[in-house]
Amino acid sequence: MPLAKPTVAQIQELAARYPSKQSAIIPALWAVQHEQGYVSDEAMGEIAQHLGLPPSLIEATASFYSMFLTRPEGRHDVVICVNAPCMLRGADEMAAYLERQLGVRDGQTTADGAITWHSTIECLGACGGAPMMQVDHRFEENLTPERIDAIVQGLRKEPAPHGAEPKRTARPRVKKAQS
Amino acid sequence: MGIKPVLTRDFATENLEQLAVYERTGGYSGFKKALEMQPDALVDLVKASGLRGRGGAGFPTGNKWSFLPKGVYPRYLVCNADESEPGCFKDRYLIEESPHQVLEGILIASYAIGCNLAFIYIRGEYLPQTEALERAIEEARQAGYLGRNVLGKGYDIDVILHRGAGAYICGEETAMLTSLEGYRGEPRLKPPFPAVKGLYGKPTVVNNVETVCNLPHIVLNGAEWFKAMGTPTGAGTRLWCMSGHINRPGNYEMENGTPIRELIEEHGGGVWKNRKLKAFQPGGASMMVLLPEHLDVGLDFDAIAKAGSLAGAGAMVVMDETTCMVDAARRYVKFFEHESCGKCTPCREGTYWMANIFDRFEGGDAKPGDIDLLLDIGYNIDGRSFCPLGDASTWFPRSVIKFFRDEFQEHISQKGCPFKKALQEAVA
Repeated sequence: MPLAKPTVAQIQELAARYPSKQSAIIPALWAVQHEQGYVSDEAMGEIAQHLGLPPSLIEATASFYSMFLTRPEGRHDVVICVNAPCMLRGADEMAAYLERQLGVRDGQTTADGAITWHSTIECLGACGGAPMMQVDHRFEENLTPERIDAIVQGLRKEPAPHGAEPKRTARPRVKKAQS
Repeated sequence: MGIKPVLTRDFATENLEQLAVYERTGGYSGFKKALEMQPDALVDLVKASGLRGRGGAGFPTGNKWSFLPKGVYPRYLVCNADESEPGCFKDRYLIEESPHQVLEGILIASYAIGCNLAFIYIRGEYLPQTEALERAIEEARQAGYLGRNVLGKGYDIDVILHRGAGAYICGEETAMLTSLEGYRGEPRLKPPFPAVKGLYGKPTVVNNVETVCNLPHIVLNGAEWFKAMGTPTGAGTRLWCMSGHINRPGNYEMENGTPIRELIEEHGGGVWKNRKLKAFQPGGASMMVLLPEHLDVGLDFDAIAKAGSLAGAGAMVVMDETTCMVDAARRYVKFFEHESCGKCTPCREGTYWMANIFDRFEGGDAKPGDIDLLLDIGYNIDGRSFCPLGDASTWFPRSVIKFFRDEFQEHISQKGCPFKKALQEAVA
């Protein structure tokens, strides 16, 4: 799936913003993930082309950072922190509850494609509101089973965070460039 | 001593994130005053104030600035907003409540070191905070606080907001620079230090969010005012992030030197559920555990170091009597295993094996020699890793073995976690 024109424009603008175009790799990966929901090999190739860098360099960077998804996931990303400060306030119990409610295991996607959930040991910076989970890009703090129910219910209806669902809906075919 | 709102003074003001409101509270007058001064005088002022970096290491900020080699340009300032230390959530709070204060601090630091392009490296998970800073930068640009010929003073400064993508290691300053250059976030060998050869090989200063937030206040009120707060070697205040088994978790800005007891018992409302305090950590995941007997130690870099731990990034994690210290250490070790960048063997392999052995303890498979094996692995990581991530992965578990060795032994003799068993029996 080729990148949308605004994304390409954004990548080109990023390349000009930094003293080195290589610095635009991470922001470009964000732009792509924002548009397509994940970063495919094909998209990494396109980034490489627009930045004038080898594709291996894009993949080397993308594979290092845990927030870049290299395959499509559910519409919503739910991450529950189980590091010590959250564990002290009942994160394990919340993770177990979420798992039961969603009916899929850690790292999996619900059958309706609405939610991919996983636990993380990476602290998300909300220990003061533990137990917490990151729902797409917002933090939900002071979790209780009731709050988890309400959040999950809402997510099943909510569209993907970045507008439409580009990774699932068909896109208009891009005409082949005349050569 | 006690609560001392300096950085957080105006946080109750509504819409403080807006430029006009921030200006009404005195915002940007520190930057305006700084622009009237010679950059060198500004460096001397910050040196005289005794301000130490709030990111964890506590290095004197003015000294860091003065290490830049003379006459080498361009030079860069990078504001470290990659807050990822487990237990720490102060930078997030400072950005959310007053993004302009962060920006003003960055502008002052940039002017002082002669930098025309500054960066903010913010962790990927902080998207709303990234957006808050984005809006602040745009507002400041419109108002002429950044751009070309700022406020007609002939100084050019621009700020690029750069969002990370989930890597604790990028909080380490050389890894942050590698990441900013677009590579995998692996640390670099020091020396050369970033001050000499940093971002794009140019002289670079990396300062934490909380550190730069102090600058407008120091410029406005002077070094003596700042030094009058805190301890002789720890001037000013710090934000303490309280979490864990505490009644009122959250951020508290405390004058340095205030006893830990006051923070936990008074402001934090004491240990929750009327339970007894078992242990606490004064600096986040990396730092050694302290015991109730250490409650009268002051909140200060040097006092906490003397007590056998480190103040780090100012995260106070409180643990009550029901806490399984083995499991707490296991989480942290697994965190470091997950976040190890893989560049050096002691950290990559060592954290992996420590995590494996901790799993054996919790799973009931630990053998009598495993406690000493953990200590041996820890000994071989600490001081032998490429960067402090490896070293720090061993400090908490080793301190827990030192103070709570009997808990490890119980895990072996009872073939599993005695705390979980007690919990299950209580429920049944």
